[in-house]
Amino acid sequence: MSSILIAIVVLLVLASVFGIILGFAAVRFRVEGDPIVEQIDALLPQTQCGQCGYPGCKPYAQAIADGDAINKCPPGGQSTIDALADLLDVDAIPLDAEHGEEKPKTVAYIREDECIGCTKCIQACPVDAILGAAKQMHTVIVSECTGCDLCVEPCPVDCIDMIPLPVTPANWKWPAPVSDPSLILTDRGRGQLLQGASQ
Amino acid sequence: MSRIFSFHGGIHPPENKKQSLGADIRLAPIPTQLILPLQQHIGKAALPCVTIGERVLKGQKIAEANGRISSSLHAPSSGIVTYIGPQPVPHASGLESDCIVIDTDGLDEWTALSPILDYQSMNKMDLINHIRDLGIAGLGGAGFPTDVKLHLGDDHIVNTLIINAAECEPYITADDALMRERSDEVLAGIEIIAHLLKPSHILIGIEDNKPQAIKALDHALRTSTLNIDICVVPTKYPSGGEKQLIQLLTGIEVPSGSIPADIGIVCQNVGTTAAIYRAIFKGEPLISRVVTLTGYALGHRQNYEALIGTPFTTLLEAAEVNRKALFRLVMGGPMMGISVNDERIPVIKTTNCIIAATKDEMPPAQPAQPCIRCGMCEQVCPASLLPQQLFWFAQGREFEKAKHHNLFDCIECGACAYVCPSNIPLVQHYRFAKSEIRTEEFEQQKASHARIRFEARQARLEREAAEKELRRKERAEAAAKQQAERKLAEAAPKEVSTDEEKATQLKQLKTAASVARTKLKKANDALKNAREKGLEGIDKLEATILLLEQKANEAQQAWIDAGGEQN
Amino acid sequence: MALIHLSSPHVSKANSTARVMRLVLLATLPAVLALTFFFGWGSLIQIFLACTFALIFEACALYLRQRSLRFFLSDGSALVTALLLALAIPPMAPWWITAVGMFSAIVIAKHLYGGLGQNPFNPAMVAYALLLISFPVEMTQWNAPFVLIGDSWQALPSLSQTLAIIFNSSQALALDAYTGATPLEVLKHKGSLTTEEIWRSSDVLNQGVFAWYGVSAAWLMGGIFLIYRKIMTWHAPLSMLVTLFILASLFYGGDPSNFADPFVHLGVGATMMGAFFIATDPVSGATSNKGKVVFGIGLGILIYVIRTWGNYPDAVAFAVLLMNLSAPFIDQYTQPRSYGHKHSSPTRGGHR
Ligand code: SF4
Ligand code: SF4
Ligand code: SF4
Ligand code: SF4
Repeated sequence: MSSILIAIVVLLVLASVFGIILGFAAVRFRVEGDPIVEQIDALLPQTQCGQCGYPGCKPYAQAIADGDAINKCPPGGQSTIDALADLLDVDAIPLDAEHGEEKPKTVAYIREDECIGCTKCIQACPVDAILGAAKQMHTVIVSECTGCDLCVEPCPVDCIDMIPLPVTPANWKWPAPVSDPSLILTDRGRGQLLQGASQ
Repeated sequence: MSRIFSFHGGIHPPENKKQSLGADIRLAPIPTQLILPLQQHIGKAALPCVTIGERVLKGQKIAEANGRISSSLHAPSSGIVTYIGPQPVPHASGLESDCIVIDTDGLDEWTALSPILDYQSMNKMDLINHIRDLGIAGLGGAGFPTDVKLHLGDDHIVNTLIINAAECEPYITADDALMRERSDEVLAGIEIIAHLLKPSHILIGIEDNKPQAIKALDHALRTSTLNIDICVVPTKYPSGGEKQLIQLLTGIEVPSGSIPADIGIVCQNVGTTAAIYRAIFKGEPLISRVVTLTGYALGHRQNYEALIGTPFTTLLEAAEVNRKALFRLVMGGPMMGISVNDERIPVIKTTNCIIAATKDEMPPAQPAQPCIRCGMCEQVCPASLLPQQLFWFAQGREFEKAKHHNLFDCIECGACAYVCPSNIPLVQHYRFAKSEIRTEEFEQQKASHARIRFEARQARLEREAAEKELRRKERAEAAAKQQAERKLAEAAPKEVSTDEEKATQLKQLKTAASVARTKLKKANDALKNAREKGLEGIDKLEATILLLEQKANEAQQAWIDAGGEQN
Repeated sequence: MALIHLSSPHVSKANSTARVMRLVLLATLPAVLALTFFFGWGSLIQIFLACTFALIFEACALYLRQRSLRFFLSDGSALVTALLLALAIPPMAPWWITAVGMFSAIVIAKHLYGGLGQNPFNPAMVAYALLLISFPVEMTQWNAPFVLIGDSWQALPSLSQTLAIIFNSSQALALDAYTGATPLEVLKHKGSLTTEEIWRSSDVLNQGVFAWYGVSAAWLMGGIFLIYRKIMTWHAPLSMLVTLFILASLFYGGDPSNFADPFVHLGVGATMMGAFFIATDPVSGATSNKGKVVFGIGLGILIYVIRTWGNYPDAVAFAVLLMNLSAPFIDQYTQPRSYGHKHSSPTRGGHR
């Protein structure tokens, strides 16, 4: 009987000692990271398109930090969701189709001879990627445009197109070697044929 | 002779060099059309400085270097510029890129050249600018603009100049042939570089499978006053890799992420030295180079001196290609060259070799088997990486881990894929991973850039709103004052009379018509949408549309009445 | 003809996994001959059985995993596993021992982990350990070798006798006529006798040991052939043998009456086979040269410890499995220093 008591006492003492050590370590060695909102914001694509239902990426980051779902950002697509899942240590879920689909990257293009210079698109552009003044034709700075689509709707004469970014030798990406379907039917990855680059 | 070190790994693929060394360098025919990609070098593409229809002379500048790391372009023969725009270029993607196309006139008429005979008395900066002006870029691997390598900042002291004559890739003999036949040009080029860089010693790294070239160089060296060592290294691929050659000759490793100049070493390819010689002593820009034409689909396997911009077809035909046997066309060597699928692709400054291979010579890749972790790839990797591990990460898209395993130190030499018993296309896996990582980083950058702009705009909008508020208040006060004054005075209405005002009015009417049309279109779309989805309020929409139609017609009419044409 | 468009390199060495496996098979030939010479037909029959079972199980597993049979069967890896297991078990073991062994090797140790290249443990050794634990009697019954004992050559069972023993367990009694203990077992169960006494008193030891030396020499030959053909490197085998030798010499030198002579450790049991054919298994071993040396040293220590103080007479299988377990860890800490880097990456930490 007494031996059981001793065991219990010893365990209790040990538990409290380790508890104190752990508690102390937690306070003493606390890692001061970026506030979580900043970290989330850093992963969002900053397209500022509002498809998530918030007026920009930062507000959505705040909302995620407050517990909103992580799958509402179509421009970021699955890779952003995966990164967020990794950061927040939750399961990666597929993109919520309600907010849109993942589309290839595009940039806005203004058909300049039709532009009436109303400046409405300038006001809509979240990153000031459109140049122009009242009654002057406008043009998009391609390198600044995030492809958010927001300028298309306000244009009173419908002269803005979203065109996919052209693939040039400069931004071309090597494709992954493709697998030969006759060798593997179930899981991807093993036994691959080198035929990816044929154009 | 200085001591030779060694590097980790390496392989001994069949050399296949004898085939193209049977005859001397032959002049390739001038093609009817020359295609000159604006980007033949690392850095920014050159800017064309000729217009379509213009006649250019041989050696005339046709595109200007754009920025510090860029290289200008010259007409390789006389003729008419007929086209500037996308054409197939030698690039792994097989995509097109901007080129200048010249229809040659066969006269091969030179422009006036300005040789520098007494370069030693010339200002160094002028000399370097002269080299830059003549479009000299590395003829070995990546085509780095030579002037940049010759004009190092004051913080870089060059101890060692290494001339890369290793030519370790199988098949290629362009440098070998050049050294055999033009060793004096090579040497003169080296002397110019030495004059510019003032290195304390000069090493020529050459593989021991080129005894004739070594002899020719040795002979040429006898007349030189410079302290030049010919370092004969054992034949092993990739001893001609810049980093590997540096390790072979000096025992020093270039730290990861640095360039050789950071440790006081500059490497130049032998071909480049000859080009520098021509640029200085003859004033000739870089408009031709030695190209090895080899592979068993060719009847004449040998080295050609070809104009830059010569389409592969011309060369292949000159070498009597057997198109039936031709299976794979490779620009560069079999280990690192790129395969091209269009014979119109032109020779560029870095084209050292064209291999027209038969199916037996370069059979299609076997299907890959699972990695058995045999470690053969690791044994041969000249960068001492763990190729099997990198492969694993690249395949699993674990790019972070791949980066931690020094993926970016991989020189894509292909030694690992060469030995892999499971035929895994290792290099393509690494290239895939690298381009994914680069894109990701680029997008990250772009995203943070967009964030900054967004936040700046947000701040500006707030500021503007505050200012507007302030002005509104001021205006309200002023207006109240004016109101009192205006009651006293009466203004007469004005007539629209001048032409200018009429034009403005016309434009306004045009805009109004356009706006009305768009509104109508949008309403129609909404209606269609509503119909499809069976939403409520269709009648209301229809009414609106009627109204809009009327308005649009009115606006259109008003515009036409006012003198606008119908469209 | 349409030109194809591919990533470099455009040539590759005529070298394939199947060729590697073929050479390994070839290298076992001396051992097969030696075993047949000293222990009779048993080994050949076991090889035949093991290969058949291996191919059947491999085909089934591939079929169930929806892989191309022709492509993956031709890599020969199942045959290597089969051969190694067949040569490791007693030649007179009943057929179902081989069947169970191949099942656990191919299906459990290999395909359940994802097939060739993914298995953390050496399949043949998993099977061997499993059999040894489950069927200790069958797995330790070696027939007496064909050597001179006293004045007479030990008789070997004939082909038909061997077949009867292997396929008809009711005749297992007959086996007793031929079985004897292996030298390591005799040494293990020497009781209070000193090594010297038991050595003198046991024929199995003082005469039979030559059969084992002969087999070991055959394995050694095969191993040297593989190293010569650059199929594997010397690192793991040599470091393992040297470690074992040094340890055995130290203890033997300190107390010759209680510990076995180092040459016995090298020459009997599965030492040579383990060193050249198991420790060099690329899939489950360490990868870098440095790692292979560490792997070999670990093996040598474990083999000695388990043999001397453990419960089982031979230890190679257990030692290999334990070292397989630590191979990823060894790999992590023996990464080569990449060109242009001051340190190899893991010592700087930073990745999981
Ligand atoms: S959907 Fe994505 S990109 Fe668009 S605002 Fe929301 S978080 Fe930003
Ligand atoms: S230009 Fe248009 S699409 Fe591009 S960022 Fe601005 S609003 Fe978005
Ligand atoms: S050579 Fe091929 S099979 Fe061998 S470890 Fe490297 S990637 Fe794997
Ligand atoms: S391609 Fe990269 S990983 Fe492969 S051997 Fe060359 S440097 Fe090493």
